[in-house]
Amino acid sequence: MNRYQSWGRYPTAVPSAVVTMTWQHDAIPFDAAPESFLPYGYGRSYGDSCLNDGGVLLDTRRLRRFLAFDPILGTLRCEAGTSLADILALIVPRGWFLPVTPGTKFVSIGGAIANDVHGKNHHRAGTFGRFVRCFELLRSTGERVYCSPTANADLFKATIGGLGLTGLILWAEIQLKPIVNPWIMVERIPFNHIAQFFDLSAETDRRYEYTVAWIDCFARGTARGRGIFIGGNHHHGDHPTRASQSASWSWTVPFTAPSCLLSPLVLKLFNRAYYALRSASARSIPEHYDQFFYPLDKIREWNRLYGRHGLLQYQCVIPPPHQQAGITAILDHIHRAKEGSFLAVLKQFGSLPSPGLLSFPREGTTLALDFPFRGASTLALLNTLDAIVRECGGAVYPAKDARMSPRQFEACFPQWREFLAYRDPKFSSSFWRRVTDNVPIDPLGHTLSGFPSRNSHESTLALAGDSSLYEQVSS
Amino acid sequence: MKILIVGATSAIAQETAKHFAREQAELFLIARDKTKVEAVAADLIVRGAGHVASYPLDVTHIDALHAAVQAAVTDLQGLDAVLIAHGSLSDQRACEDSVAETLQEFRINCLSVIALLTIVANYFERQGTGCIAVISSVAGDRGRRSNYVYGAAKGAVSIFLEGLRSRLVRAGVSVVTIKPGFVDTPMTAHMKKNALFATPEAVGKRIYEVIKHPRDVLYVPWFWRPVMSFLRHVPHRVYKQLPF
Repeated sequence: MNRYQSWGRYPTAVPSAVVTMTWQHDAIPFDAAPESFLPYGYGRSYGDSCLNDGGVLLDTRRLRRFLAFDPILGTLRCEAGTSLADILALIVPRGWFLPVTPGTKFVSIGGAIANDVHGKNHHRAGTFGRFVRCFELLRSTGERVYCSPTANADLFKATIGGLGLTGLILWAEIQLKPIVNPWIMVERIPFNHIAQFFDLSAETDRRYEYTVAWIDCFARGTARGRGIFIGGNHHHGDHPTRASQSASWSWTVPFTAPSCLLSPLVLKLFNRAYYALRSASARSIPEHYDQFFYPLDKIREWNRLYGRHGLLQYQCVIPPPHQQAGITAILDHIHRAKEGSFLAVLKQFGSLPSPGLLSFPREGTTLALDFPFRGASTLALLNTLDAIVRECGGAVYPAKDARMSPRQFEACFPQWREFLAYRDPKFSSSFWRRVTDNVPIDPLGHTLSGFPSRNSHESTLALAGDSSLYEQVSS
Repeated sequence: MKILIVGATSAIAQETAKHFAREQAELFLIARDKTKVEAVAADLIVRGAGHVASYPLDVTHIDALHAAVQAAVTDLQGLDAVLIAHGSLSDQRACEDSVAETLQEFRINCLSVIALLTIVANYFERQGTGCIAVISSVAGDRGRRSNYVYGAAKGAVSIFLEGLRSRLVRAGVSVVTIKPGFVDTPMTAHMKKNALFATPEAVGKRIYEVIKHPRDVLYVPWFWRPVMSFLRHVPHRVYKQLPF
């Protein structure tokens, strides 16, 4: 079986070869192979940004040594394949925590930089890249380049969020943040309508270091738009007496489930049960950080639940002033398409600028959805969502994408042409070829002029039934 | 705890050492490549090791082994345990065509180990306490057509350890023979992986445990014990016809 898949298991790609990196000085046959190269870590990118069909993958999972740790200043230097799980196991007992963490700890630090990942504290802290002090980048010329905000700053900026295309990160140094204990004080607030989410966010983002909301995409009628807002802060006191322990169990999905497992009915019942359970549970309790940040990590290989066709994640960000109208329009479309998402997650991004040239996070509201892959109908729905995102001036997250068009990428990341100057010519990915091949790179064609004239039908379709949004975005 | 690890850059040795580092053990690392052993040493220091020294040495330079062990004893001011983890998975076909190749594999997998054991056994015997753990292999339990050079070298080590154990038990020194099956490490990078492969993390954890609580022979993962027990009893006239 191909061990080099992406988390969504769609699309499939077969590398021509895999070079397993065990030591930082291992030779890579850059000149011997005509194909392109791409770093590969734990395969947690959902789409094809971690795949290199027909090319060489540089497996970094054995590059997982620590180089240095300063227990006073909280700086940690480690090899690029070190997972956040390994880092947490080291630093939490010593009173430090990750400054920013995504929803799984099974990612490499190299991948966290290459995707400039974000977490529940984006409104306070910004992205992971803001806490990267420096790293060493191996280019295909054999050159090892030390990059920091002051040394080779342009390459530093391009590599953060650079999708692994600027070369191979060998090691990186990050700034940690101090904690007193591993517990998070959590509050869960049920809400009945999507508008309430925005009110709650505005009201509580100052009060909570971590915020996120879950919404029930399947609820109909009066329950439509309901969800649970989750806020958390690090616990600062002594060992809490009534705390949930770190569950030591984990369970592995033993095989790929039949594709019908996550049928709409099952998803609907799951969401209903989750809402009932969570809205009834205690309001403010200390939770172990593992449980708060990484609930899905307890179910190893949960992506297998989606069956052999895999899943499509869709994460976008809608900037102000269209955030509420845009998110509502997207949820309406999903509702109408009867393609609910197993988990739908909303989060208010803050205004701190992302350091990467191609970073995804920007001020606004982000929505993450996952859909079982059902072929053309799923793709058509996501194309419709793309149109809404485009109209609102938002962006789709490359780390989760398996299908956006070159035109969509251009609209979300027009700075990609600037990025070309820093890309390593020998590095590429299935994603990169999909969104940039056959696209003119003449900077004069910077706008949509490089593309065939746009189909007005698509945009009308996206906004049909939401005239308020249409007025807003066309004004 | 004061531990000398020979072949410290092997994947299994690194995983074992991480556990010792977590409990502030003091470590003396011997490995061939200076850059690599220093990278491992830095990692173990971050993980909490009380002290780590690295000593680059090619253990097939048998004359240099005495000084290396002496350096470890001096540096750590004593020794509680030794883990011998170095090895090379021989290219069986190349060995069949070359006497030099075959003898070189024996120097790495067998002679250097026996030389080290001779030196540390006397040290521990005088001390009257300690643990000697050596990574042998299930391949040493029976010869196979596909890797009998490697198997013979490991088999010699296993038998040497068996005898040494009987000798040192009287001095209160434990001798542990570790017999891993297939492990997913750089040594087996060229082999096609299947369900029999264990991770170096799992194997390293078991080795750590067995050094803390010594036993005579550790098969790891455990299922190799019944498998090898069965294979050892297959009669020669059948065994020689087996496909592997």
